[in-house]
Amino acid sequence: MMRETFVETTTALLDEDPRTALVLADISADAFEPARRRHPDRVLNVGIREQLMTGVAGGLALTGLRPYVHSYAPFVIDRAYEQIKLDLGHQDAGAVLVSIGASYDGSAEGYTHQSPGDVELLDTLGGWTVHVPGHRDEVAALLRDAARHDDRVYIRLALQENSRAYPDSGRLRVIRRGGPLVVAVGPMLDPVLEATRDLEVTVAYTNTPRPLDAEGLRALAEGEVVMVEPYLSGTSARQVAEALGGRPHRVLHLGVGRDEVRRYGSWQDHARAHGLDAAGLRAPIKEFLW
Amino acid sequence: MTVTALPSEEIRRITGDEKHAPSSYSTLDVLWVLYDRVLRIDPRRPDEPDRDRFLLSKGHGPAAYYAVLAAKGFFPADWLDDMGGWDSPLGNHPDRLRVPGVEIGTGSLGHGLGLGVGVALGLRAQGLLEPRVFVLLGDAELDEGSNHEAIAYAAATRLPLTAIVIDNQSATHGWPGGISARFPGWITSVIDGRDHDMIEHALTRRHHDRPNLVVATVEPKRG
Repeated sequence: MMRETFVETTTALLDEDPRTALVLADISADAFEPARRRHPDRVLNVGIREQLMTGVAGGLALTGLRPYVHSYAPFVIDRAYEQIKLDLGHQDAGAVLVSIGASYDGSAEGYTHQSPGDVELLDTLGGWTVHVPGHRDEVAALLRDAARHDDRVYIRLALQENSRAYPDSGRLRVIRRGGPLVVAVGPMLDPVLEATRDLEVTVAYTNTPRPLDAEGLRALAEGEVVMVEPYLSGTSARQVAEALGGRPHRVLHLGVGRDEVRRYGSWQDHARAHGLDAAGLRAPIKEFLW
Repeated sequence: MTVTALPSEEIRRITGDEKHAPSSYSTLDVLWVLYDRVLRIDPRRPDEPDRDRFLLSKGHGPAAYYAVLAAKGFFPADWLDDMGGWDSPLGNHPDRLRVPGVEIGTGSLGHGLGLGVGVALGLRAQGLLEPRVFVLLGDAELDEGSNHEAIAYAAATRLPLTAIVIDNQSATHGWPGGISARFPGWITSVIDGRDHDMIEHALTRRHHDRPNLVVATVEPKRG
């Protein structure tokens, strides 16, 4: 699973690079206990204090360290939004935020443990790179790349995975060439491929929706574009409009709905409820393109 | 009570923050003593890794802060003449990217202590044990819950940083039991925030295994 890859890779980074620090708010603390024992000054569990977790990361960065910050997406992003805005962005301090939970992985936990709006919230701020890996084997490279600079990076891990990895997918990568363009972000690739298996469409994949590959989008889009994203539907509307501005185009945005689904169950149940399984995607894509 | 020379020329020059004037004046003596007697920071090299850090959490009313920084040579005193102006680097809340010597940009309350905890941890993780970390807050600022995450964590981990709370009784509902009671596990002292020798004594004293709170009491805010 992606979470285990995150623990393994970050533990290795802590061993290899004295600049690496990790700030936790109890979540995943047990998994990092061996690392904490080896690096007690750089593996910091502040307790269930997400505002402090982010502030501490900002302070660490101001002294030259490279902090990784981790919790469930609603606690990393939603709860500590002002700390992200001010303790990181306004200070021009870098950090790598790594979330689990994503949109509806916490399906049985309910809406309190879900954050479908995380990427849209970060879009209100400038300077964030957002990675949404679609497979566990894409995770390590993203974490290691983030260690090599001091920018602000968000890595959104999920339970849902594609059947194979495409590690080099920072830009739009064509998976299947055909007619109109369908862009699949992260774990949306497999459902998109299945939904369009007999349709004449070009399917492009990326695990890095921010910055969105505008050049790739302009090169691949002919007139119609379908964006399929595993977070709030329409999150990339501005980026697509800017990329394709000045040329006639139509766009269909598919993603998580804005209404709260007051049901529990599995992430597969919620994908179906939001129309993000293969069957749910196929109907609106066909209707939009033909 | 001893009052050493305050940077009167710099204070006279600075204008443009009338809204926060009482807030600004309340911090003046503590800031002056910090920069004049306590902090180890070279204004010519304000980015030295082993410098002491002063973080103004209470970003409201930075006029006194700017006046002290100018008096100590962090930037030219004529910057003070246009505080808040379009061409001025000095805003009504300080921006660390624009003002030499300013460690953090603040304004929204309740951010400095968390950042200060991170700075202290970062210095320790890199073996920089000499530099000290000071964070200045206002008593009303303590209403922000984020402070209490940092207060509890610093106590639990015995982190040696110093918080200074300027108490001019401006918290809307006050702090029944006193401000020190909100800092369990900290070494606390309550001093006259206008007495320079007392301020120096309280801030120079160093505790290596406990966080340190200095409550500097000044005249109550009016209006």
